[in-house]
Amino acid sequence: MGRMRRVVITGAGTLNPLGADVATTWAAMRAGRCAIGPLTCRDVDRLSVQIGAEIAGFVPEDHFAKTRLSLLDRFSQIALVAARQAMAQSGLHMTDALALRAGVVLGTAGGGNTTVDDNYRTVYAEGKNRVHPFVVPRLMHNAATSHVSMEFGLKGPSFTTSTACASSNHAMGQAMQLVRWGAADVMVTGGSEAMLGFGGIKAWEGLRVMARDTCRPFCANRSGMVQGEGGAVFVFEEMEHALARNAPILAEVAGFGMSADAADIVMPDLDGPVRAMRAALADAGLGPDAVDYVNAHGTGTAANDRIEAQALHSVLGGRAAQVPVSSTKSMHGHLIGGTSAVEMLACLLALQEGVIAPTVNYTQPDPEIGLDVVPNAARKADISVAMSNAFAFGGLNAVLVLRRWAGA
Amino acid sequence: MGLDIMHGNDLIAERVKAIIAEQALIEPSELTLQSRLADLGIDSLGLVECIFGIEEAFGVSVPFNANTPDQPGFDISSVGAIIAEVEKLVARQAA
Repeated sequence: MGRMRRVVITGAGTLNPLGADVATTWAAMRAGRCAIGPLTCRDVDRLSVQIGAEIAGFVPEDHFAKTRLSLLDRFSQIALVAARQAMAQSGLHMTDALALRAGVVLGTAGGGNTTVDDNYRTVYAEGKNRVHPFVVPRLMHNAATSHVSMEFGLKGPSFTTSTACASSNHAMGQAMQLVRWGAADVMVTGGSEAMLGFGGIKAWEGLRVMARDTCRPFCANRSGMVQGEGGAVFVFEEMEHALARNAPILAEVAGFGMSADAADIVMPDLDGPVRAMRAALADAGLGPDAVDYVNAHGTGTAANDRIEAQALHSVLGGRAAQVPVSSTKSMHGHLIGGTSAVEMLACLLALQEGVIAPTVNYTQPDPEIGLDVVPNAARKADISVAMSNAFAFGGLNAVLVLRRWAGA
Repeated sequence: MGLDIMHGNDLIAERVKAIIAEQALIEPSELTLQSRLADLGIDSLGLVECIFGIEEAFGVSVPFNANTPDQPGFDISSVGAIIAEVEKLVARQAA
């Protein structure tokens, strides 16, 4: 039996509230810019939550032909725009042979939520008896995955993961394992979400966990989560394959851990996140002392932030108060199924540029947290290992561990 | 007039008790004004369902955020406290 195949990232792309590419997103994270603002969706006056992190200035017609747009829900558009950037950076040339060894795994929680909402309005509110013929192919959760596979001719293992707020980490974990175990050499992976419409926000309002002012993770006066939209896509590649073609290597995907709380459909549990973090570190062959930065799930809800802080204290032990832990949701909002893909960009910023993205909107320490949350301003630091947490409603947890690329 | 308000408030109390009792899977007669929701086995989801039930029953909007349950705005510390809050909301709506 040979050595285990290693997995590296050779391309990254994004469309999110902080920017329409990786460079702009990184600049916003360095500056600690918060993209949360007033929602502009239809009937916003009927919503009790009227803030969110929208993608500003995105004109779909600039990216897609009219005939194709009729097939693309907003979450698919976001995934395609991000995938194009990632594929371009990777420099991959798709041959017939490689196409069979290349696949797509993307995460989303709401799938074609915009399409669902628009067409419910058509039949229920407007009383029409006919909807557009492409409603089903637009709304299906696997639409983004399929469109990315079609655009780049990727014919290997491809599917969509949907685990609420952990969807993208589950997707990237699956992509990593497919490459590691030899089922593919290249996987395009990440995720996207577009739920900032009337129906999407109205549903979330009901849970009473949304903030009305802004998102303040780990802050004593936090009042809940703020939703965002967008996503990010990466090219995961088998290390030898990437080295052989002199590909740009952004980082190594070193470990992945999953767990289920098996406890409550919305309230987080302590044991599940602890087990997922430990599993990811063990998978990477690293101890807790190796962790230099944690990109927290950090939703800004009372329930998540307290449990996540306790879980980090359990896993990191005595070092917990020293390890920088930031929640970039304070800047880009909670992108639900796409969130951990955008948070992966914060991990790459830490590993590639030595810059820790901050937790912004932070005003007041919470004694129950006891972590270095990198308040309000980005920080220079020497980061070799980053851990990215995602803990979903339904108690499904997914944690990735990334290692700075310093050669094979 | 005063009698009407008394009668109205009795109705409010009965309906609020019924909503809470339904979540606690008990009879409304088993509730007291001092009963605390947690002691009745009502968890955070049950509480959110109670508040939804109250909003639907009385046509009011309840200012409640699960992240800041201690915040003044809507006292949920006991069945009696909730009834008092609903009475205020209904009165404000009628004004």
